[in-house]
Amino acid sequence: MSKLYSGAEIVFKCMEDQNVDHIFGYPGGAVLPIYDELQNFKSIKHVLVRHEQGAGHAAEGYARSSGKPGVILVTSGPGATNVVTALTDAYMDSIPLVCISGQVPTHLIGTDAFQECDTTGITRPCTKHNWLVKDINDLAETIHKAFEVATTGRPGPVLVDIPKDIQFQKTKYKKPKKEKKLNGKSHNHFNQNSIDQLIDLMSKSSKPIFYTGGGVINSGPRASELLRELVYATGFPITSTLQGLGSFPGDDNQFLGMLGMHGTYEANNAMHDCDLMINIGARFDDRITGKIDEFSPNSKKVHIDIDPSSINKNVKVDLAIVGDVKTVLSSTLKSLKQKKSKFLKSNKQKTSKWWEKIQKWRSVRSLDYIGSEETIKPQYAIERLYELTKDKDSYITTEVGQHQMWAAQHYKFNKPNRWMTSGGLGTMGYGLPAAVGVQVAHPKKLVIDIAGEASVLMTIQEMSTAVQYNLPIKIFILNNQYMGMVRQWQELLHDKNYSESYTAALPDFVKLAEAYNCVGIRAKTPEELDDKIIEMLNTDRPVIFDCMVDKVENCFPMIPSGKPHNQMILGPKDQENKKITGKGKSLV
Amino acid sequence: MPNSKSAYSFSNKKEKFDTHIIVVWVDNEAGVLARVVGLFSGRGYNIESLAVAQVDEKLKISRITIVTTGTPQVVNQIKLQLRKLVPVHKVADFKREDKAVIFKEMALFKIVGPNNKLEGALKACKKYNPVLLDKTKKSNVIQITALRREIDKMSKDLKKFGLVSVSRTGAVAMTRGADIFK
Repeated sequence: MSKLYSGAEIVFKCMEDQNVDHIFGYPGGAVLPIYDELQNFKSIKHVLVRHEQGAGHAAEGYARSSGKPGVILVTSGPGATNVVTALTDAYMDSIPLVCISGQVPTHLIGTDAFQECDTTGITRPCTKHNWLVKDINDLAETIHKAFEVATTGRPGPVLVDIPKDIQFQKTKYKKPKKEKKLNGKSHNHFNQNSIDQLIDLMSKSSKPIFYTGGGVINSGPRASELLRELVYATGFPITSTLQGLGSFPGDDNQFLGMLGMHGTYEANNAMHDCDLMINIGARFDDRITGKIDEFSPNSKKVHIDIDPSSINKNVKVDLAIVGDVKTVLSSTLKSLKQKKSKFLKSNKQKTSKWWEKIQKWRSVRSLDYIGSEETIKPQYAIERLYELTKDKDSYITTEVGQHQMWAAQHYKFNKPNRWMTSGGLGTMGYGLPAAVGVQVAHPKKLVIDIAGEASVLMTIQEMSTAVQYNLPIKIFILNNQYMGMVRQWQELLHDKNYSESYTAALPDFVKLAEAYNCVGIRAKTPEELDDKIIEMLNTDRPVIFDCMVDKVENCFPMIPSGKPHNQMILGPKDQENKKITGKGKSLV
Repeated sequence: MPNSKSAYSFSNKKEKFDTHIIVVWVDNEAGVLARVVGLFSGRGYNIESLAVAQVDEKLKISRITIVTTGTPQVVNQIKLQLRKLVPVHKVADFKREDKAVIFKEMALFKIVGPNNKLEGALKACKKYNPVLLDKTKKSNVIQITALRREIDKMSKDLKKFGLVSVSRTGAVAMTRGADIFK
């Protein structure tokens, strides 16, 4: 007879077989049996966070930077509800997470027991799937299935809720099934005909553009390589969403920069005027499309996505290819080489006018800003940070707001999995714990959270985690004392009524760093900025960098609410001429 | 749920709404109905009626029949989103006008009154295969199976005969002929 294991042991045996090496968690009454077993599984390292939301975002950072699923362990009730924001964030941005939560013993479920909540009920709309394990014999199979659901198809978070009595009960352990049965949820069944159509469209187009997104990153590093190959082979321009940054080199001439609400002038105008749009792993999100009925009116649209429900959701497309980016790109390249081996040559002439037009848009230099010698402009701070770190293969996380957009605009990424930011949900407080997760996955690399002072205060407690595990993350705060993006919208839409967007009693971030037993650095002038950044980079400990920037700088260029791509506000001067009125005011 | 999902679009055009019957085969496990119904409420889709029961005891498969309204784009989204749910095996969809499909609802009517009214009520139901399930001196319980609008009409018409209570199911559907739902 084979050995019997307790539910708690089975949790870790499953993790061993799923190659988990780090979990992020916080103990509590309903998971104590699992924590009791932790010491017996040496290959699995536990990172103790300071709040369960931090565990969730750390697991996200870990997952996005490593390509492996992030694993979270939390207790029942408040432990589970605290992780809901991170699960929703991961659901929106398609990040594979496996969350194990404790639950009150089965006989107490439904009695409003201490620290009981309907965890599977609460997390049902923000996970790909979740399970309440009521029978010990289902436990191993369920956990293996959870990893499979999280990582196959369009990735996303899952949750397994385990009552405390199940953690004590004993049964045999079941290994994961070798053969992966996908219950029809993985979609990779495109046919050669679609690929031929795509190539046909590409060879006919004179104003093409690639519009790529997070799906390229999620498909693995190989997808980014193939994308580069395809973009070079075609000579087409390429733009990327916020989530897709890094899949194509940010400093390449064919790259037009990010598109969307705070995208570049050339990227948005090219999207508007193109005759062929090839969407690879993006989802026509409202930050991207602007006014939907005037979105790229004259183009044929191709959509490559692994999720069939993304097709025709917001924008109707002419050719849909449902499949994994990596597989689709590799088929496309193969066919392209066979059928049109001289594609680039034959195409150069055809697209030359298009490139001229793009160069004209480029010459507007939409990311330029008015510099200053007295105050640090936030864009300047990011530019300097980029220049001083670009040779270091650094990993960047962000919070949410103006600083996030400036980082996306001014920091150039050359590799996938180097850029971790909360896009879909827009979670302030994401970046610091995400940086913790990234540093856990890459102990030797430089990890920087480009932060705003308002966002970072939402999860600042995780500095304590960073110090405990000697994770030398750098928190680079663009401190303007305002919730900058809120202030900007109030300026543009609400007659400068800055209602509650100023933080009157901010902590002294340098002293705060000292209180956490890490290093605080402050920069006040452009003159001292470089030296201070170098000081930060030379510090092998966690750093909070308080970069005092211009308080009222706005993030431009910007597609104002309710406007299409070709009506951008380019800068402060433009702002007066293009006032947002009427229906545009009611949009988010 | 008339508005588009994009915060950026105002629905200027009034798109045509169709009534669709969506049939979903799911694993009969805890919470599965909540997943399906939650998807509808969470994404702002409409449910006109709902019928659900296990149809395969061995495989533990339940069949859910949902009547919904929406533009073609919304109905397409409903199907695609349903297919993403892990316990969902199969989704079929057809328009209410579809001649190849039968769909029926059942209703129970309780009539209280003197004998002539009870008789009158039974007579009024004649077109819809009435079954007298319970009879006392003062009351009747009548079962009919019919289309939604027919039951709507009967619920009104029977008032004058002393209708005191109505209980009705959601629609269930079946294809005509030898074909089955694909």
